[in-house]
Amino acid sequence: MLNRILAILQARNKEFIRDRSALAWSFMLPVFLLVGFSFMFSGEGRALYKVGLMTNTKENSQEQKILEENKLLKSSVFLAMKHFDFVEYQNLENAVLKVDQHKIDLLVDFSNQKYWLNDTSAKGYIVEKLLLAQHPDFTAQKTSGRAVRYVDWVMPGILGMNMMFSCLFGVGYVIVRYRKNGVLKRFQATPLSAFEFLTAQVISRLFIVLSVTSILFVGSYYLLDFYVLGSMFDLFIIALLGASSMIALSLLIASKSQSEELTGGLLNFFSWPMMFLSGVWFSLEGAHPVVQQMADFLPLTHILQAARAVMTDGAGLAEIQNHLYVLAGMSGVFLVLGSWLFDWGAER
Amino acid sequence: MTNILEIKHLTKTFSDNIAVDGISFNVPQGKCFGLLGPNGAGKTTTIEMMEGIIKPTSGEIRYSGRTIDSLYRQEVGIQFQHTAIQDFLTVKETLVMFSKFYEQTIAIEEMIETCSLESILDRDTRKLSGGQRQRLLLALAILNDPKIVFLDEPTTGLDPQARRNFWQLVNRIKQQNKTVLLTTHYMDEAESLCDEIVIMDQGKIIEQGTPHALLEQNFDGVMVSLPKQVDEALKAAGFDFQLNNHRVEIATNTVEKTVRDLLEKNISINSMQVRSPNLEDLFIKLTGHQLRG
Repeated sequence: MLNRILAILQARNKEFIRDRSALAWSFMLPVFLLVGFSFMFSGEGRALYKVGLMTNTKENSQEQKILEENKLLKSSVFLAMKHFDFVEYQNLENAVLKVDQHKIDLLVDFSNQKYWLNDTSAKGYIVEKLLLAQHPDFTAQKTSGRAVRYVDWVMPGILGMNMMFSCLFGVGYVIVRYRKNGVLKRFQATPLSAFEFLTAQVISRLFIVLSVTSILFVGSYYLLDFYVLGSMFDLFIIALLGASSMIALSLLIASKSQSEELTGGLLNFFSWPMMFLSGVWFSLEGAHPVVQQMADFLPLTHILQAARAVMTDGAGLAEIQNHLYVLAGMSGVFLVLGSWLFDWGAER
Repeated sequence: MTNILEIKHLTKTFSDNIAVDGISFNVPQGKCFGLLGPNGAGKTTTIEMMEGIIKPTSGEIRYSGRTIDSLYRQEVGIQFQHTAIQDFLTVKETLVMFSKFYEQTIAIEEMIETCSLESILDRDTRKLSGGQRQRLLLALAILNDPKIVFLDEPTTGLDPQARRNFWQLVNRIKQQNKTVLLTTHYMDEAESLCDEIVIMDQGKIIEQGTPHALLEQNFDGVMVSLPKQVDEALKAAGFDFQLNNHRVEIATNTVEKTVRDLLEKNISINSMQVRSPNLEDLFIKLTGHQLRG
């Protein structure tokens, strides 16, 4: 059995690598997209100053804290300033990370009369002066860290989207082409089983997708110097499970179809919602709850949320385990359904 | 003689179309068995059911006395009428890949020699000519040293030279005492290769036996062939004749008398040919129409 899987795997890999035009395009398209979007979004897009407010501390009880904060808030002109956006945080570590990454310009803990400022943030400097004018006795806690640019945020999206297209269209079209021109029928005439054939396709595409994505990731990392706070191994696990779920989805879509046109339509039907609802280009935080619930059914949503948590928030596997379980579950369900429905194409 | 395949009441329907209509026959071991008939006769559907590629609607296929099981694929070789092989692989890589599918194979060198593939081993399979491609597909069909080889219209679309080269390869396989099951609509191919034939039309078997026996049963004499231009004169003179490839043909066992009758009726015998009847004549006689290429 292993011999047969390896034989198909080798043949498919050779076919992909020797198809120079397709191979070149696999690498070039995401680079074009990346460079284009990094130019498009390099300008400053945010008009407001954003200030974080700590609303919980370990020392005080909840009631005391609320009373003290309300007193302070009522007396603070700072908190009544126009064009400021105030965001409340309960976890100090997470909030400080936001200051590190310039996601907020300043973090203030009114209860303890402290504030956190990133030395490298120009906006943070201005907000600090405004705060100290009102509260000169507040003490500064300096942090440092680089701003999260749009390119840092969008990078997992572009890598995930490239992976999605490569898995969906790379596998789906190949299976339908094989079925249409009789390659599958020729394989059916040998002792090769559907499971062996599909396993080889999954491994081959995983190998190709992970290679392309890794090369693209490393290349872009040195070119654009984007944020990677978490572990590379964790990112590899996300990519592995994410690509598996996409390949399995593609095998399911292409399990019976004899028509490239129909398969193309079905693949678009799945890929376009993922492009817009999974958070490739923009965050869904403010989107309608129904849209967010729909997005949860899409594998790319879980890939991107997990990857962003690891890359920009430094999350570990334990923190993203729910996304990983969903991706593993989707891979299993899609693969079993796809194998069950698989048609070699011999019957007319 | 032992039968390697036994076919009983085999039927296949597609929607409302009956492609194969309750046929029964046996394939003797070590012989070349031909399934003949025009396009649409049901040959390919029959052979694909025998290969285990498509499921019969009803009926039974027994291989060496047992129903087709998972081991069957290890013991048969198949060359389809329409098929493709993976792109961007060389001939040798394709052979190596397929050889890994089987538990037991013949040496690749032996296969290369049997199918005359030496000169194209490193060629991309997309760049093969029709004849080269069929030789490769034949090699793929025999690389597991099968007991039975299915060849579905293997020479369709080949030029006469390539067809004859392919026949030589099939004869080499026959010499190895393998059973060959061949479908074709070329009667010369069947006459050259087949030990036994079944003639099908519209999903049914219309005749079955050895080519020699069938011709002896159905013809007693020779065919006198004349240009088509004389057909009106023949009709007026009351001759019994049939059309065959732009000529008219009279079946007779007394050539001298037929020639005398023609001359008496002032019918020109310029361009007259006399030949033995062949399978195509048999088919025309049995079905009343010519084989459709």
